[in-house]
Amino acid sequence: MHALSDTAPAPAGGRRAGVMAWLLLAPLGLWLVLFVVVPIAGLAVYSFCQRDDLGRVIYDFTWENYARVFDPIYLRILGRSVGYAAVTTVICVAVGYPVAWFIARQRSPLRERLLLLVMIPFWTSFLIRTYAWIAILKTEGLLNGLLQFSGVVTAPLSLLYTPTAVIIGLVYAYLPFMILPIYGSAEKLDNALVEAAHDLGAGPIRAFSEVIIPLTWPGIAAGILLVFVPAIGMFAITDLMGGAQVPLIGNVIQNQFFRARNAPFGAALGIVFTLMFIVTYALAHRRRRSSASP
Amino acid sequence: MRPIPPPPPLHARWSGLRLLEAGLGAWTVVVFLFLYLPILVLVVYSFNASRLNVVWEGFTLDWYGRLWDDTRIMRALKNSLIVAGCTTVLSVALGTVGAWLLHRYRYRFGRTLQTLIAVPMIMPEIVMGISLLVLFTTVGLKLGFLTVIVAHTTFCFPFVLIAVQARLQGMDPALEEAAMDLGATPVRAFLLVIVPYLRPAILSGALMAFTLSLDELIVTFFTASAQVATLPLLVFGMAKVGLNPMLNALSVLFIVATVAFVLFSEHLRRLGRRAP
Repeated sequence: MHALSDTAPAPAGGRRAGVMAWLLLAPLGLWLVLFVVVPIAGLAVYSFCQRDDLGRVIYDFTWENYARVFDPIYLRILGRSVGYAAVTTVICVAVGYPVAWFIARQRSPLRERLLLLVMIPFWTSFLIRTYAWIAILKTEGLLNGLLQFSGVVTAPLSLLYTPTAVIIGLVYAYLPFMILPIYGSAEKLDNALVEAAHDLGAGPIRAFSEVIIPLTWPGIAAGILLVFVPAIGMFAITDLMGGAQVPLIGNVIQNQFFRARNAPFGAALGIVFTLMFIVTYALAHRRRRSSASP
Repeated sequence: MRPIPPPPPLHARWSGLRLLEAGLGAWTVVVFLFLYLPILVLVVYSFNASRLNVVWEGFTLDWYGRLWDDTRIMRALKNSLIVAGCTTVLSVALGTVGAWLLHRYRYRFGRTLQTLIAVPMIMPEIVMGISLLVLFTTVGLKLGFLTVIVAHTTFCFPFVLIAVQARLQGMDPALEEAAMDLGATPVRAFLLVIVPYLRPAILSGALMAFTLSLDELIVTFFTASAQVATLPLLVFGMAKVGLNPMLNALSVLFIVATVAFVLFSEHLRRLGRRAP
């Protein structure tokens, strides 16, 4: 979240770094190279490798893994993953935007308290929060109990392990990640600009679409990045709420590394996913820049 | 804000705005209910004597008591605390020193490094998990505490670094100069003057790192062996099977711990902002 704010501090830079300063910074630099740069490069190398019958990786160049990514089976799963993530993102924006806006408009003590109410689920493990929904949606769970008790239904509905359950789980897990960055932008928004739009004769819809949305776009873009991309690869929620009925790309990747023992193919899927992430990131940034200087 | 009072026609518009405001408020309440009701249900169930959740059969603390007797859960808890503890110490060291150096000195590639620091914070967890798994298997490192701690530190320390950087931006440069004038070496000045000044940010970053590490599932999933399974891994395995009253109790304890950490961290952050 912090990384996506546009006020990311530039290296302030006092005096020029000497040998000592370089030596002190070396652990951090090495850590990032060893555990961020090298692993991703390794993943890229793996994705062009083959494997033997035992699942061991053979360093022999092949395009086969990428060809397999474009196999209709996997393309469909990839498409479905993107679809689920897109639906989740749209719902999160629609549900979260008014909340972020409302909180940003409040006066000081109330605003901080409401914000804290968003922070708590933001920090609470999504796993625990997803588990809470299992208790509600399960066949012998709370919702079915209530529905049967009130006589709405006679037989329990199967609510868990459905696409709807997956979407509920994803929205529930990611909603705070949408509200917080939008709040960050909405809070900075100068009310005078909205009033100016009013005074210049803009109706509420025009004021919203031509003033408020562009000005809070950085927050929306950051929220989309925090929701859309992670939701594509999230296998735990689909496992728990979908019961492996609707495998998404994350489940496939996870399978390749463990059950199927085809790490090179898993790596290729991972690289494709990373490229999707980079493209989304670049798009969000470009839109932000163009809206910043019309 | 505006110098002249609004002309009368605005009144009509204002009442419309007030209506909109009320609608937004109501919507916010609904969303908070959506966010908190499932958690509330979990809390209530954790005290339910019934094994099956739906029917309330009386209050009990039995499920909490049984947590202590469950060796699997206790071992996972121990693993989680070891991992989160080591991760926090490493993250604070890397993050605090890194933030200070980047603030104090001008480096070539400083900008590149700053970008690189943000990568683990925004990178999809599954990509981080599989890329580290590939690294560890390639160099022949057996999955265990070391691999999990390395993985967790990689995405935790940037949070400490950013928190400390935010506080450094408000720092008076005279603070360090004064210490140096009084004869302190740069290292002594850092330890005796800068670190105390940064304490709220360091503590708040440390709490963040601890919470993140404690809650992390996806990256752990790829970098841990069965022997060092952390609590989230155990919970994930149990939740896949279905409901379990002990799991309800465990989840509630997890939520209570997280809420405590968040409140404390927020308190520290506010303290840090208020101080000069």
